[in-house]
Amino acid sequence: MRTIRFILQKEFIQIFRDKSMIPIIFVIPVVQLLILSFTATFEIKNTRLIIWDQSRTIDSRSLISKFDRSPFFSLEAYVETYEQGIEWLKKGKADQLLILDPSFATDLQMGEKGKVMLVTDAINGSAASLMNAYAMSILTDYNKQLLVAKYPLAKTAEPVELRSSHWYNPELDYKTYMVPGILVLLVTIIGMFLSGMNIVKEKELGTIEQINVTPIKKYQFMIGKLLPFWIIALFELAIGLVVARLVFGIPILGSVPLLFGVASVYLLVILGFGLLISTLTDTMQQAMFISWFFMVIFILLSGLFTPVESMPQWAQQLNLINPIAYFIRINRMIMLKGSAFGDFANTFYALVLYATSILTLAVWRYRKVS
Amino acid sequence: MQTPDLIKQNEPNHVIEVNNMVKKFGDFVANDKLSFFVRQGEIFGFLGANGAGKTTAMKILCGLSAPTSGEINVAGFDVYRQTDLIKKNIGYMSQKFSLYEDLTIRENFRFYGGIYGLKNAEIKERIAYLLNRLGLMHAADKVLKEIPLGWKQKLAFSVAIMHRPKIVFLDEPTGGVDPVTRRQFWELIYEAANDGLTVFVTTHYMDEAEYCERVSIMVDGRIEALDTPARLREKYQAASMNEVFLKLARIKKSES
Repeated sequence: MRTIRFILQKEFIQIFRDKSMIPIIFVIPVVQLLILSFTATFEIKNTRLIIWDQSRTIDSRSLISKFDRSPFFSLEAYVETYEQGIEWLKKGKADQLLILDPSFATDLQMGEKGKVMLVTDAINGSAASLMNAYAMSILTDYNKQLLVAKYPLAKTAEPVELRSSHWYNPELDYKTYMVPGILVLLVTIIGMFLSGMNIVKEKELGTIEQINVTPIKKYQFMIGKLLPFWIIALFELAIGLVVARLVFGIPILGSVPLLFGVASVYLLVILGFGLLISTLTDTMQQAMFISWFFMVIFILLSGLFTPVESMPQWAQQLNLINPIAYFIRINRMIMLKGSAFGDFANTFYALVLYATSILTLAVWRYRKVS
Repeated sequence: MQTPDLIKQNEPNHVIEVNNMVKKFGDFVANDKLSFFVRQGEIFGFLGANGAGKTTAMKILCGLSAPTSGEINVAGFDVYRQTDLIKKNIGYMSQKFSLYEDLTIRENFRFYGGIYGLKNAEIKERIAYLLNRLGLMHAADKVLKEIPLGWKQKLAFSVAIMHRPKIVFLDEPTGGVDPVTRRQFWELIYEAANDGLTVFVTTHYMDEAEYCERVSIMVDGRIEALDTPARLREKYQAASMNEVFLKLARIKKSES
């Protein structure tokens, strides 16, 4: 115990004496949380719409005004020809082109179908389908309005009515969804990079040789190296939760001690990862590249930015070895659903198993003797 | 002509005994059947050109590197099975300066004192003793970055002997240091040896070899000569150790 205390003392002195560490630990995560949470959004606001209105009637204008009033569309311009409209899309000055047939109004009055065409810039497929969906809902709405106007006796245009209710995130606010995930990223970055770099740095400077020649035990050295970053990362999580609460108004429905309990096990996995990488590399550059390699894959697979359910089967299976995916899942459950331990016990046991195996592997790989 | 020194083995006052030590890296033989011993309180010089295998051998003796074969006993313990006991009883100063540059002198001492299991009072007392001897008490709370290289080497030596080991291994301790500091450094070594410490030192400064009680000279992974400096000069009819070394290297070259 005494030996570990001396290592801890040394590590903390070194961490806090390094002037660049304070901003790395305290400023960068908060900035990341703020920026990522505001920018990583799934919503499409302000679809830039241009219109080729060949009808120019009251009917066509009433449809257009529905688009104009929607918060999801901003009316950029009217074009005079089809080619002109395509030109706008090509130059990226507009996202969608709405074309109304010359006979739009007369068709409606004759009881025929009024023809409308929608051309969407679909370079970003998921954005395009969202824009389409918004436009569709406006058109559906318009249709209903016409039907009710035409047959005033029918109380409603739809015999079956669907009422949907969104649980856990009633406003469908993307920040509610993103922030718990981004919190996970923050502690992961601190855990994986700082711990791994720390040991590789001693290798690079040669100071590790002086340690290896002492009777220090492997486990003492590792605990002394990992504990500081374990503490710092948990502290970081606390800051993140406060920011989530104050800035984004995201409540923590579940138990805070439970959340920290899971986080402490999760961090063992991440620290173990950093440690393992540090035993396999000789320079900080190598360690950095390998850490990034895993980080990027883990983040993309984790379902932070895109739903895991829409990934191919093999990619979903890769998530079995993705610690980030486990913790994001649990974190969202605790924070947003108020889940209790029993609700995610299996995921938690998977993390425990993961932590045990990776730390064993890392301790085994660490060599005092070459 | 073998001196009696080379045959006597298993003596109680031998703190290092090495028999047929071999270290291979793949096909490359870094240490080819080394055999020697070092007496208690002796200053033993381990000489050789760069790449002769000195550091490799020293790392094996310190438990930093595993030997391929051979019998090796350090401070009364077996190098294969009792590395932790060996480590308690030795000090080591590596070729590359390896104290923490971002810690103060006192913090470095305290850290290593703590790791070797010294009590807090002992740590305090030894820091005071060692720094006073170096005349560096006033700089105790200076960060190492701000301290000149010459001082750093002396500090590294003091840290290496802080836990009062039986043997201290010095790997080219005076590399890159000016002659005056080198001289002072050797005075420290003498002082420590007078207190009964065994000093095992590698160097490629041949003038430093004269300060050692016995020296071994390694060429291409083998020990080619081992004796007191005076007897080596006599045997090779040389005026200085430098000449002895050059002659040995030349003989080796003409053989191959």
